[in-house]
Amino acid sequence: MNEHLLDIRNLKSWYRTYQGYAQVVDGVNLTIDAGKKIGIVGESGCGKTTTMKSVLRVLDERKAYLPEGEILFKNQNILKMRETELQQIRRKNISMISQEPSAALNPVFTVGQQIFDVISYSTQDDTAKNKKELTDIAIKAIRDVFIPDPERILECYPHQLSGGMKQRICIAMALVIPRELLIADEPGTALDVTIQDQIHRLLRALVDEKQTALIMITHSLGVVRELVDQIYVMYAGNIVEVATTNELFKNPLHPYTRGLMDCVPRLSGGGISAGIYGYVPDYVHPTPGCRFSPRCPYVKEICRVQKPLMLEIDEGHTVACFRYTDSFTEQHRQEESIGERA
Amino acid sequence: MNELKQQTTVDSKILSVKNLRVYFPVEGSKKSAHKYVKAVDGVDFFINEGEILGLVGESGSGKSTIAYTIMGMNKPKEGSILFKGEDILKNNDKRSISFKKDVQIVFQDPGSSLNPFQDIRQILKLPLKVHKIVSKNQLDEAVGKALDRVELPRNFAYKTPTSIGGGEKQLVSIARALCSEPKFIILDEPTSSLDVSIQAKIINMLLKLHDEQKLTYLFITHDLSLMRNISTRVAIMYLGKICEVAPTKTFYTRPLHPYTQMLLSSIPVISEEEEELKPKKVVSVGEIPSPVDIPTGCSFHTRCNKKIDICSQKDPFMREVEPGHFVRCHLA
Ligand SMILES: Nc1ncnc2c1ncn2[C@@H]1O[C@H](COP(=O)(O)OP(=O)(O)OP(=O)(O)O)[C@@H](O)[C@H]1O
Ligand SMILES: Nc1ncnc2c1ncn2[C@@H]1O[C@H](COP(=O)(O)OP(=O)(O)OP(=O)(O)O)[C@@H](O)[C@H]1O
Ligand code: SF4
Ligand code: SF4
Ligand SMILES: [Mg+2]
Ligand SMILES: [Mg+2]
Repeated sequence: MNEHLLDIRNLKSWYRTYQGYAQVVDGVNLTIDAGKKIGIVGESGCGKTTTMKSVLRVLDERKAYLPEGEILFKNQNILKMRETELQQIRRKNISMISQEPSAALNPVFTVGQQIFDVISYSTQDDTAKNKKELTDIAIKAIRDVFIPDPERILECYPHQLSGGMKQRICIAMALVIPRELLIADEPGTALDVTIQDQIHRLLRALVDEKQTALIMITHSLGVVRELVDQIYVMYAGNIVEVATTNELFKNPLHPYTRGLMDCVPRLSGGGISAGIYGYVPDYVHPTPGCRFSPRCPYVKEICRVQKPLMLEIDEGHTVACFRYTDSFTEQHRQEESIGERA
Repeated sequence: MNELKQQTTVDSKILSVKNLRVYFPVEGSKKSAHKYVKAVDGVDFFINEGEILGLVGESGSGKSTIAYTIMGMNKPKEGSILFKGEDILKNNDKRSISFKKDVQIVFQDPGSSLNPFQDIRQILKLPLKVHKIVSKNQLDEAVGKALDRVELPRNFAYKTPTSIGGGEKQLVSIARALCSEPKFIILDEPTSSLDVSIQAKIINMLLKLHDEQKLTYLFITHDLSLMRNISTRVAIMYLGKICEVAPTKTFYTRPLHPYTQMLLSSIPVISEEEEELKPKKVVSVGEIPSPVDIPTGCSFHTRCNKKIDICSQKDPFMREVEPGHFVRCHLA
């Protein structure tokens, strides 16, 4: 059996709500190795952040409930770890760029204090650093994310920075002490495309030179196309398709993936698409079948009652959809030919 | 009458901003006691009624600061802002109640603009009550409709901002902005944390409102592919100044400012067909200048791949190179 750096197996992460459990993350499988870049794309609210917060075990324990699954980091199950071991993982092994800078940055401390804290936290066991050393490291980290005037920025409070600057401070804090796994949750939403491009170069260098593993969560299909090797497509708490980047753009298979690609506004113009038909799923009363079935143009009876399993269509290209199983295709063909005759 | 004349007639402009400067004092160390962050440094633009003006540009170039200043949340150092012909900076920077109803903003960072101690119902009720949009017994139904508009299930009314996802917060902020039935909306990255399908639905909804009710939008975004498809004109900012303004098609097909060209060349796209539409890749080099010490001459000269001798000495003026197409560059 291969050992992966991170191996998420059949993860289920639910939330307690007044109406009952919101069964959000529903059996996610995902692996990544050192020196690799993967992307996760998917619907708003499909559980990308929830999955990654489960990995770091930073979900609100009073609200979250993880009924099933394993999260193996170097073969150790994170879900079974004690708090001291978790601290170690967060300090040395995994860092995450939070989706919401306003939540990640404390409004009452300066940027400098917050970066110093991160550095001290991650290097606790090593020899303590003096103020000068801390400042030097922090200044370099800010410069690395292309913010001018790092000395001044150290003295700033978060509200004195623009949206994109706050986002870059979060990136700087995640990169200041390099870890083995970097989870970037929508790191570029407030960055202009030239700075975004420079940040991508920085991430690529980190992966190539330091063998960091990168998980990039984004709504920008253009960004994953440029940056990552392999893409996971997620819908309503399920991974529905996995493929290498080239393959996914050449040959998207899952109806949701195709729908998503049709919605991307094009630089060539042509207006705005109508969006994928239908609404986001109800997580408290999820359908027992394919979670995309209420919105899928190809839905068949089986889709509503049974969950499609991940099926390998081509080497490295898997999809969870009955359309690609033999029985469905047979049934489908028959129905289509009946349709044609009628 | 030519196109330009039409655009400059007074009554078609819903908003005009003239020579706006917004500076923030640099706090902290003594040696910088008299320094300022020149966030907005002499900006002129107007928006016609019913227009969708796209405002793009470098992160930290002053786009949100312009938005906040219009809303009365920053005090400008200099300049004037006219809304429907009226100087809104006059009245001690307080905005009138009618301005507050007519003009709404969707903040860039919805996480920090929604009160975590209120539920969504309370958040949406406030503008409905303040601006007396519906009578008391219709409030709940109006909240439901506000959620419908942004495609959120009605049971969201009872959730709090802390128990919903990042994209969902953005949807709530959009719903809130629409509650007062505004005429003019500033949208600061309204869809940046939404998936492209929901983005498409929200944009379609905004475009429909725009057509039906002749709404005007100032649309701030980094998504240049999105901008291509929705705006009537685009203005681009660099370091507190506008460097190019053009009708959308011209902006994308005949960009003249080197910064515009650099930006367009870096757009991540999803097909070869689109790759071909981009200018040849201009890799960003050189130091990004600080808004505290703005370079002499053209402020882009430290990174410009076309700069000539005069660029580091003389700041170019904004010039109209063809009707409606303005560029601030010595070469244009
Ligand atoms: N504390 C909570 N209590 C109840 N439900 C929650 C909580 N946090 C998140 N959720 C719900 O779980 C679902 C998944 O949320 P999550 O933030 O993981 O989505 P996401 O894929 O990261 O979405 P986005 O693209 O908007 O960031 C959403 O429907 C959200 O409403
Ligand atoms: N309250 C403040 N105090 C001090 N400086 C500020 C304040 N608000 C903004 N600034 C500074 O003004 C400049 C412009 O910020 P602004 O938020 O307008 O940028 P932006 O164009 O919206 O960028 P982004 O695309 O990253 O959101 C930045 O250098 C920022 O640090
Ligand atoms: S399994 Fe059925 S409903 Fe689900 S995506 Fe495939 S065809 Fe559509
Ligand atoms: S004025 Fe000079 S430095 Fe500025 S954009 Fe034009 S060519 Fe470049
Ligand atoms: Mg998220
Ligand atoms: Mg901004």
